[in-house]
Amino acid sequence: MKMKVGTLVFGAAIGLTAAAANATTLEDVVARGELICGVSTGVAGFAAPDDQGNWSGVDIDVCRAVAAAVLGDASKVKYVPTTSKERFTALQSGEVDMLSRVTTWTFSRDVGLGFEFVGVNYYDGQGFMVPKALGVTSALQLDGATVCVQTGTTTELNLADYFRANNMEYSAVNVETADESRENYLSGACDVYTTDSSALAAARSTFDDPSAHQILPEIISKEPLGPLVRHGDAQWGDIVRWSFNAMVVAEEKGVTQGNVDDMKGSNDPEIQRLLGTDGDMGKQLGLSADWAYQVISQVGNYGESFERHIGVNTPIGLERGLNQLWTKGGILYSPPMR
Amino acid sequence: MSVSSTTGETSGGSWLYDPKVRSIFAQVVVVGSVVALFYFIIHNTAVNLEKRGIASGFDFLWEPARYDVTGGFLNVRSTQTHWDAFMAGLLNTFIVAVFGCLAATFLGVVMGVLRLSKNWLVSKLAAVYVETLRNVPVLLQILFWYGVFILMPKPKQSLALFDMFYFNNRQFLGPKVFFGDTPALSAAEQEAMIHRMGEVKYNKLVEASGGVENVPAALAESVKPVFGTGSWILPVSLIIAIVGVVLFRRWAKKRQENSGEQLPVFWISAGTIVLFPILCVLLSGTAVNVQYPELIGFNFVGGASIPVAFMALWFALSTYTATFVAEIVRAGILAVNYGQTEASFALGLRSGQAMRLNILPQALRVIVPPLTSQYLNLTKNSSLALVVGYPDVVGTIGGITLNQTGQAVECIVITMAVYLFFSLVISMFMNWYNKRIALVER
Amino acid sequence: MSDTLRPEDQLGGGLPERAPPPSTVGIQGWMRENLFSGPINSIGTIVAIGIIVWLLPGILEWAIFDATFVGVDANGDGSITRKDCLVENAAGLMTLEGACWVLVYVRWEQLIYGFYGSDGSIWRPTIAFVGLLLAIAPLLFDKVPFRRALLWFAFAFPFIAVWLLGGGEWKLSSVLVFYGLIVAILPLLFDKMPGREILLWVTKIYPLFIAFLLFDAILDTLLGFSIWNTLLGPLAVWEFSPLPALAEVSTHKWGGLMLTIVIGMVGIVLSLPIGVVLALGRRSTMPAVRLLCVIFIEFVRGVPLITLLFMASNMLPLFFPEGIELDKLVRALVVVVAFSAAYMAEVVRGGLQAIPKGQYEAADAMALTYWKSMYLIILPQALKIVIPGIVNSFIGLFKDTTLVLIIGLFDILGMAKAAVTHANWIGLAREAYVFVGVVYFIFCFSMSRYSIWLEEKLNTGHKR
Repeated sequence: MKMKVGTLVFGAAIGLTAAAANATTLEDVVARGELICGVSTGVAGFAAPDDQGNWSGVDIDVCRAVAAAVLGDASKVKYVPTTSKERFTALQSGEVDMLSRVTTWTFSRDVGLGFEFVGVNYYDGQGFMVPKALGVTSALQLDGATVCVQTGTTTELNLADYFRANNMEYSAVNVETADESRENYLSGACDVYTTDSSALAAARSTFDDPSAHQILPEIISKEPLGPLVRHGDAQWGDIVRWSFNAMVVAEEKGVTQGNVDDMKGSNDPEIQRLLGTDGDMGKQLGLSADWAYQVISQVGNYGESFERHIGVNTPIGLERGLNQLWTKGGILYSPPMR
Repeated sequence: MSVSSTTGETSGGSWLYDPKVRSIFAQVVVVGSVVALFYFIIHNTAVNLEKRGIASGFDFLWEPARYDVTGGFLNVRSTQTHWDAFMAGLLNTFIVAVFGCLAATFLGVVMGVLRLSKNWLVSKLAAVYVETLRNVPVLLQILFWYGVFILMPKPKQSLALFDMFYFNNRQFLGPKVFFGDTPALSAAEQEAMIHRMGEVKYNKLVEASGGVENVPAALAESVKPVFGTGSWILPVSLIIAIVGVVLFRRWAKKRQENSGEQLPVFWISAGTIVLFPILCVLLSGTAVNVQYPELIGFNFVGGASIPVAFMALWFALSTYTATFVAEIVRAGILAVNYGQTEASFALGLRSGQAMRLNILPQALRVIVPPLTSQYLNLTKNSSLALVVGYPDVVGTIGGITLNQTGQAVECIVITMAVYLFFSLVISMFMNWYNKRIALVER
Repeated sequence: MSDTLRPEDQLGGGLPERAPPPSTVGIQGWMRENLFSGPINSIGTIVAIGIIVWLLPGILEWAIFDATFVGVDANGDGSITRKDCLVENAAGLMTLEGACWVLVYVRWEQLIYGFYGSDGSIWRPTIAFVGLLLAIAPLLFDKVPFRRALLWFAFAFPFIAVWLLGGGEWKLSSVLVFYGLIVAILPLLFDKMPGREILLWVTKIYPLFIAFLLFDAILDTLLGFSIWNTLLGPLAVWEFSPLPALAEVSTHKWGGLMLTIVIGMVGIVLSLPIGVVLALGRRSTMPAVRLLCVIFIEFVRGVPLITLLFMASNMLPLFFPEGIELDKLVRALVVVVAFSAAYMAEVVRGGLQAIPKGQYEAADAMALTYWKSMYLIILPQALKIVIPGIVNSFIGLFKDTTLVLIIGLFDILGMAKAAVTHANWIGLAREAYVFVGVVYFIFCFSMSRYSIWLEEKLNTGHKR
């Protein structure tokens, strides 16, 4: 049952009695004509509003892919910015249909909190950045250092574990947002900046003199970041999972936003299944036959999304690294489309 | 309802119009709906929590916190419990609230008086200060001051004063005084410290302390006892001094009433409270060790330190609240009839005396009630500490603990209870003070 | 000196009038009088000048002289970003010398309207803002042209604003609840309006209708049966626009200064009546009502607003059966209104206590009912006394709206912070904060000036 209160801001508390009831998230989304996607309040390259007020980033592209698959229009997404504190409540209470906001896939979140992580759209790991002038070459030399860390994330737990395991002391400067961490680090309020290494690289690229800072070789945690949905609606989980996987498979098979129309005539059976010219995968998901075609033609494949928002030619300037396809030395791997 | 019920029975008419019956009916309806609402809420919450597999209750408080609390006045390690983290947050909130109220009162009184100054430039400057700062959200001001403080030099380039006080963009440091004997490090403890700090740092520490035997054991712990064995003399002598001062003041007052002679009561009292304990400590031969902050590795080690996040929060809260205090003080002074000032002068009081003995005591009656709500506001605004990462109650139990355990209801309830408690204590104290200074009417 | 005076001097004849000593008139005299009248005063002046000289040049240099104002693609990379503000310093590095106001220039639309503009309907909030000014003017000042007509407009404005900003189609129940309120309140406000008798009936039925709908909602939640839906059938789910149809702009697109004003105005408009009811309840003779009001007021006043906002974002969803969702903005509004109503209640209580007991007794003697005696006798006097206090509460409320960013709503501060998280503008936090600070200062300072003006105006009215 799904009831909607308060869309009219004031008087509609009464609208409660006249509510449409749908059994599944898919039906809700279709009836609404819009996907509600929980995103972060601003992480450069992953989700941030641009100068025109449109959200963009790799996390945003996952939302857009799902909207394209379900509704046939990638722009029919309502982005609900959530803080790291309220993100899980927002998903649990049904305020959002899915979360795509740099959330680490962990046991307790997957099992304890009752969510379903459907994939990994960015393989990350927590690292340290220090000014070169400090003369530090390893994280093991950081005893007594002051560390900038963002609160409300797994980062601070990893940090505590790492320093404890290595018998080192530290003091932390806890702040709410990445931007504040960056300001603190640059002004020297802390010696070390720790967060996911992708974010470290992103932050470094925006410094006036990036070459004066280095990222230490130690990666102290695994941070698989991915989209997640509520437990209990397996169909919806499948849709989000395969909307994302379609982007990965498309990159494997060389299907891009530009050539997707030509590829429809391809002889490769997997491409045919992907683009809906063969088989009934769309129907099995409860979607139209060309769902993946819509994803690729409107959002692009994974590599395109990556290069568009965080790749080497963007201000963020990240290498593909672990997020390269498994065939090219990375660990990005989608189950086969068959 | 309220007023008409005092008029008693209405003439004749049905019981429907009896104000008593109506009043009882209205109350039953109101209480009934509130109870129903609470039942609805509690029932739904219980169902939702069960569905999400969150066990309600406060057991999580005794589980390891798994995160470190640093950057405040009490460090808690990740192996300690959520309860310990909560206690650290409580202490930090308490410190910022108390010092904030003190500073806001001092600055507010100064600014309130300056705004009434005859000096045009000074009064205008005070007016600009008050009008600007009270009209900008305090959240912005906290962010601003934090931005100012982190622009200070880094630890290695710290501003130093007499090689005792150091100021950098992380901490403000000064010497720390230890009273009483702290046993020197045992061999096992030395080894443990070497293991923890590394050979180089440990040697530096020994050098800074002037020999292995001088490295106090207290340094090995994160919580350093300021008062070691044999330091009982300090609190005892302090109590004796305070009791003595109270007795002396009574005697001086009586003497003045009888003979009209005045003694410099303030200076004698202040001198006694400061000097007597120091004298006692020195004469009794209690060991007094002073530890100076020393730059070892990345940061200063030892000494007494104040984190910069606290400074920013404290500065912002006190300068912001001081603007309101200044207005209250100004209104209070203006509320005292100017005839009172003239009367004081006619009695031969100097302007300082007139202010202290005549004007201010009368103004205080107007000032104290609104001042109370400013103290409450400051305490509540201290919850904005989370934007500068100062680990207060909201940052620890209401923030990281809430996040890591998912016990939203319990954590928010605890946080609210803390502030309610603080509010209650401040209100009670100020009500007591207000009664004390209230006009005694015949 | 009297011994040197001659009789003709005392009579005013004799010597011509001499000019006053130069040290008491003109700039010099003024300075002597106001700045250097004594040693302490002179020290004060010097310290004050020292503070000004110490602070002012640096601020001016950063904010104005070294600043970049206009968004020109200075480095020619095809886009306007913070890089266009960079200047080469002595060490040959590109750094920011002064403020980079280009951020505000480029992000202006977002800072003011949030994401509202992304579908080209900025005219709606703009008109709403102009309407707001027109609606407020007659409430603030007595001598406004067409005051009578504007008062009517002011009354209808909240309903127009909701239509303009929100748009969309409404269900019949919502239309009845929302616009029924106008019809219900009108006869209470205007004594001599045509057809008042008929409208008064609406006023009486309205609360019953609300109670029925609430009851119906509970029934529907618990048993899945709704009288309203059964009676009206398809009419109950029929959606239409009560005013000319506008496309719906959902609240998640609201942001920036617009959202700040919306939250501030809703808080102001709703907190006053609720605060009055709470204050009356606190002084009620019914112990249960009094106790409930005291608990509510003291609880809300005893905890920080951010813990209440956390409650709204983390706990409120738990309070409802699964599947019911409350709009995030509505949740924030509920908290803001409850918070400021509790403060308002205390201000109003002060006014109620200041009314002499004779007034209450006189109202009773006139055989007025409780509500009539409050409405006609007590409240008009009590509220007039506390108007400055009410305006001060409004200022506090307006400043407190910044805290909604903590639960992920993008008010003007949230929007500014979001702007500096974008890769193009990263590191310009100071500019963002200063801009937001200036905007708040303009609003709050004018409100406090207005409060002072009003205080003086009301004072003269009471002068004997």
